[in-house]
Amino acid sequence: MARGRIEIDTERCKGCELCQIACPPHVIVMADALNKKGYRPAMLVDPDIDCTGCALCAVVCPDACITVYRFRPVRKEAQHVLATA
Amino acid sequence: MGNMATVSATTEEVLMYARPESLENVYTHYCPGCTHGTAHRLVAEVLDELSLREQSILVASVGCSVFAYDYFAVDACEAAHGRAPAMATGIKRVHPDRVVFTYQGDGDLASIGMAEIMHAAARGEQITVLFLNNAIYGMTGGQMAPTTLAGQVTTSSPFGRDIQQTGHPLHMAELLAMLPGTAYSVRRSLHDARHVIQAKKAITTAFQAQLQGLGFSIVELLSSCPTNWHMTACEALDWVRDEMVAVYPLGDFKVSDELQKPRGKPAR
Amino acid sequence: MSSQLLKGNVALAEAAVRAGCEAYFGYPITPQTELLEHMSRRMIELDRVFLQAESEVAAVNMVYGAACAGARVMTSSSSPGISLMQEGFSYIAGSEVPAVVIDVMRGGPGLGNIQPSQADYNQVTKTAGHGDFHPIVLAPSTVQEAIDLTVLAFDLAEKYRTLVFVVVDGAIGQMMEPATLPPMQPLRPRPEWALTGATARERNIITSIHLGAEKLENFNRKLQDKLAVIEREEVRYDTLFTDDADLLVVAFGTAARVARTAVHNLRREGLPVGLFRPVSLWPFPEEALAELADRSWALLVVELNAGQMLHDVRAAVGRNIPIHFHGRMGGVIPMPDEIEKAVRNLVGKSTTELYTMSKEGENGQHGYRFSNN
Repeated sequence: MARGRIEIDTERCKGCELCQIACPPHVIVMADALNKKGYRPAMLVDPDIDCTGCALCAVVCPDACITVYRFRPVRKEAQHVLATA
Repeated sequence: MGNMATVSATTEEVLMYARPESLENVYTHYCPGCTHGTAHRLVAEVLDELSLREQSILVASVGCSVFAYDYFAVDACEAAHGRAPAMATGIKRVHPDRVVFTYQGDGDLASIGMAEIMHAAARGEQITVLFLNNAIYGMTGGQMAPTTLAGQVTTSSPFGRDIQQTGHPLHMAELLAMLPGTAYSVRRSLHDARHVIQAKKAITTAFQAQLQGLGFSIVELLSSCPTNWHMTACEALDWVRDEMVAVYPLGDFKVSDELQKPRGKPAR
Repeated sequence: MSSQLLKGNVALAEAAVRAGCEAYFGYPITPQTELLEHMSRRMIELDRVFLQAESEVAAVNMVYGAACAGARVMTSSSSPGISLMQEGFSYIAGSEVPAVVIDVMRGGPGLGNIQPSQADYNQVTKTAGHGDFHPIVLAPSTVQEAIDLTVLAFDLAEKYRTLVFVVVDGAIGQMMEPATLPPMQPLRPRPEWALTGATARERNIITSIHLGAEKLENFNRKLQDKLAVIEREEVRYDTLFTDDADLLVVAFGTAARVARTAVHNLRREGLPVGLFRPVSLWPFPEEALAELADRSWALLVVELNAGQMLHDVRAAVGRNIPIHFHGRMGGVIPMPDEIEKAVRNLVGKSTTELYTMSKEGENGQHGYRFSNN
């Protein structure tokens, strides 16, 4: 069950690989393609949606490239509102 | 944090982390994996969380972080090599209600700036110092620093640092902790996520020391220099963990009583 | 305001206080320590900022910081301390923030002694630090003038966002003379370029770094343009009997006081001698001096050094008339009769003789140097 996702600013990324090492479910890899600066940026590869939104990648990123989201269940009353909207 | 988007009738997306506002949205000149970037990010996050951005003034120093003033969204100035604590003193004395912080490397703080940092702490200057210790002179291409480890090879100690000739590495967090004017002096590391999180807590406490008017505060951060250590970013952080922490123990060397009291919201 | 007997150092300090100086950072060094001590009491009394720094290096950088923060700030020192501060002066100039520095000159080089001297002339007028710049340099010769020029120094520093020096020798710092202090001015508000915390505005950055070559050249051009305006607008000098003078004595500070007495005495003897006293050492009053020199058949430069302003006089006047020099060093202050003798030595000589006169003094004394053009 998916719990999170990340967005990486690939042009800001310097390909240092620290996020790849820090990621517990190993859903970050370095791309084959180069960005404009010539680095291979990090990217999320998460076909089974193992990302938990733990944000450890963002914690270690020296360039603040990573935005982290977590999914959470909508509260019961709100679900009802959405269903009837 | 509270941006939410509905992704389905049953799940919504919560923003957990975004780049801090106090960090300018610009490309930095730091090497890939350099912990300067991490430290900048942590300071910016703390400035955001304590709502200090608009009342802060940064004194940038000379070293790899010489352009720090391009990266923080605060009023800032450039000090001569080693003189940031003196400049910060001048600023804080005429603006006692502003938050003044310096960001310095090991050459700047522990070599040429030794007198200025010792006396700023001795006077109990109400400033906060971020001290990035990577055991080398980065900007000038990898020379020996006062913090270089025994036997460490640098461009000015090509046969390894000889303790007989050049003395032992300087432990600044411990030295500054000895001064009564110091309210907070700790050493943390940036070598993995857990330690980065602990470092951020220390940086928060350091700024709180200033906000509470308790005296001089400093956080020494064990950092990497992949380029001048001739390692990858990951290898460099491992070297911090395996070699530097043994020489520079992590810990709290001075914590003012007022900072130790448990509290909910930070006092302003 | 009434006249009172004031010690030079104290007068300089109190003048700064009256001019609204908000922060003082300094370090004890003879012969200006009384200035620091006076500030240590007055600034605290008035709830302003005073700090005795750990060194002159630290003091000038505290000045730099406070200047970036937009405060009216000054420091004071003497020759060896001024040498230590030169790095800071260069940064202050390169960052275009205002600051006032008082230099109470003593004998050098090295530790030298604590006697009066004018041997910092080159150091302060040429650049006072690395790079292409000149601070404004003002040289009073009485305690009253020291007061007036100190007040002016703060205004000029702010007007041009530059470094302004007030230089005296140790004699003026130590002597007591009747003088009148100005009324107390209120403290100034912070300028909009200052570092005050980016509240509801774009942030301010103050730095002297311009990494690209063209970028730094453009900045230096801007700095030079500013200096050109200062050169046009801020020349100051004083003259005595120059309307009908055939021989001109050129001196500043204490040397000018002695020369003034000598010139009065010589005039009583009927000699058509005059005194030209630069008050702004930078910008040097080249045009005024050149114009007067054109009407003279010789110049005598008198300094308490081995010949520093001498070179600026030569540059201003050119090779058209003989320029002679009488200098004492180490803190030896010539008496008026020494100057009178030096002047009389030039009288009655032909121009050729004046150009070829010996470099040695009459008795081979050190300090007598006659310089040919």
